[in-house]
Amino acid sequence: MSEILSPLPGTFYMRPAPDAPNYKQVGDSVAIDEVIGLVEVMKMFNEVRSEVSGKVVRYAVENEDPVEAGQLLLVIE
Amino acid sequence: MTKIHKLLIANRGEIAVRIARAAQELGLQTVAVVSDADTSSLVAQMADEVVNIGPAHPAKSYLNADAILRAASETGATMVHPGYGFLSENAAFARRVTQAGLIFVGPSAETIECMGNKSVARETARRAGVPTVPGSTGTVGDLETAVAVAAVVGYPIMIKASAGGGGRGIRVAKDEVELRQFMPLAQGEARAAFGDDAVYLERFIATARHIEVQVLGDGKNVIHCYERECSLQRRRQKIVEEAPSPTLSQHTREALCESAVRLAAAVGYCGAGTLEFLYDDESGEFFFIEMNTRIQVEHPVSELVTGVDLVREMLRIAMGEPLRYRQDQIFLKGAAIECRLNAEDPERNFMPSPGKLSALHWPGGPGVRVDSHVYAGYTIPPFYDSLLAKLIVWDEDRASAIRRMQRALAETRIEGVHSTIALHQALLADPSVKSGHFHTGYLEQWMAQRAAAKAQALLPDLTAH
Repeated sequence: MSEILSPLPGTFYMRPAPDAPNYKQVGDSVAIDEVIGLVEVMKMFNEVRSEVSGKVVRYAVENEDPVEAGQLLLVIE
Repeated sequence: MTKIHKLLIANRGEIAVRIARAAQELGLQTVAVVSDADTSSLVAQMADEVVNIGPAHPAKSYLNADAILRAASETGATMVHPGYGFLSENAAFARRVTQAGLIFVGPSAETIECMGNKSVARETARRAGVPTVPGSTGTVGDLETAVAVAAVVGYPIMIKASAGGGGRGIRVAKDEVELRQFMPLAQGEARAAFGDDAVYLERFIATARHIEVQVLGDGKNVIHCYERECSLQRRRQKIVEEAPSPTLSQHTREALCESAVRLAAAVGYCGAGTLEFLYDDESGEFFFIEMNTRIQVEHPVSELVTGVDLVREMLRIAMGEPLRYRQDQIFLKGAAIECRLNAEDPERNFMPSPGKLSALHWPGGPGVRVDSHVYAGYTIPPFYDSLLAKLIVWDEDRASAIRRMQRALAETRIEGVHSTIALHQALLADPSVKSGHFHTGYLEQWMAQRAAAKAQALLPDLTAH
């Protein structure tokens, strides 16, 4: 089990644009360096990439949730 | 008997504080609306009443018209000031405020709609005899028409994709040979990129300045409060603004400001507004681009050179008072400069720097004004823009104002987060900035040159081995 933490404080987005599909769904496989979400900090969008490969077990936050630096975003197995 | 008004401030940050100050000076009751992230904000501490309108995300709070109107109804507010950004130029919101029986501090929904549409605004300008950027009337389908248009407009000329935007889908032809070569390419690119091969032509202005005119109207009369020079920009974000512009002759200044008044009067403008122009330093021509139907971030420089409190006047006009000034009572005096201090790290590509301000000291002394919403111990939330403060100075002339700004920047202490103070210090020491010679591309060129020079200095000296 690996945890992906938010690198920055801000707003978390599960998808690249409001009308686009989510980067990942629970059960999807994830490769190393693949984008799993965005964190918006003061109107700047930062991609969050996975450091491991595996499957998405669960998201710990919802789309557009405020997040702290170091907060758990999703769990990968 | 005059009705006692209660003003709801539908915004956050420094502009919410600015509006609260003007309202308090007029004896108005104030209502601050805040998101979950702003409950300890300065405006929440200043206002008579505070209403939480929802989660941190702007769509759920500061852009949530339902929540704002509910707060207005619950508190018995009679007026709504939208500030800038958020819902300030949203005609539907202005209409809902009015339909709820409240006063919207700004022009009517119809005026917002009219000036918010670029082609309608351009056409309105043309009819009012205000110059717009020369180019084709609508789209150009064939090469020979394009060549004929270019012969009138002049070279270099831009071929722009109708469906493009944000600088995409643009080619610049320096003569007819290039136009004949680029026109089919541009059409092909437009089709490939946007699914539409429609293009139009517009004069290419290599060294344009962004100069804007502040106006005030009461629905019957319109006056101007002279111009602001806003050419120092990074990624279309203004960094430093000043009034007056260092480049305009008195003759051009009068012509520009009269044009702005003519256009605002043509739409029966009511409230504070800004007309943006491109100014061609080489030809001395100016062209209307668009109108902002709200108060702007950089309004204080106009206040300092004219002595008019724009936000207070906006509120008076909204309450039904006629303009209190005639044009011949507005005088341009001295020079004012504004530096936008952002919570960003200029050494790391302007990385946003939210967090707690561990220590803070603002500059003071003659001619110095600080418009800010932050205080020592305040935590800057990561959910909104990075503006920390606007540092504004006035002095008798531009050179003195620059020295005063340097003095004020050196006095400022911001600890706990990164800020753009050092960038402003370096920029105001630049010879071209000091002499007033710059254009809208200047700041980015200047930063690229500094980055290159720095990289060079860091290279190891290979010849030593």
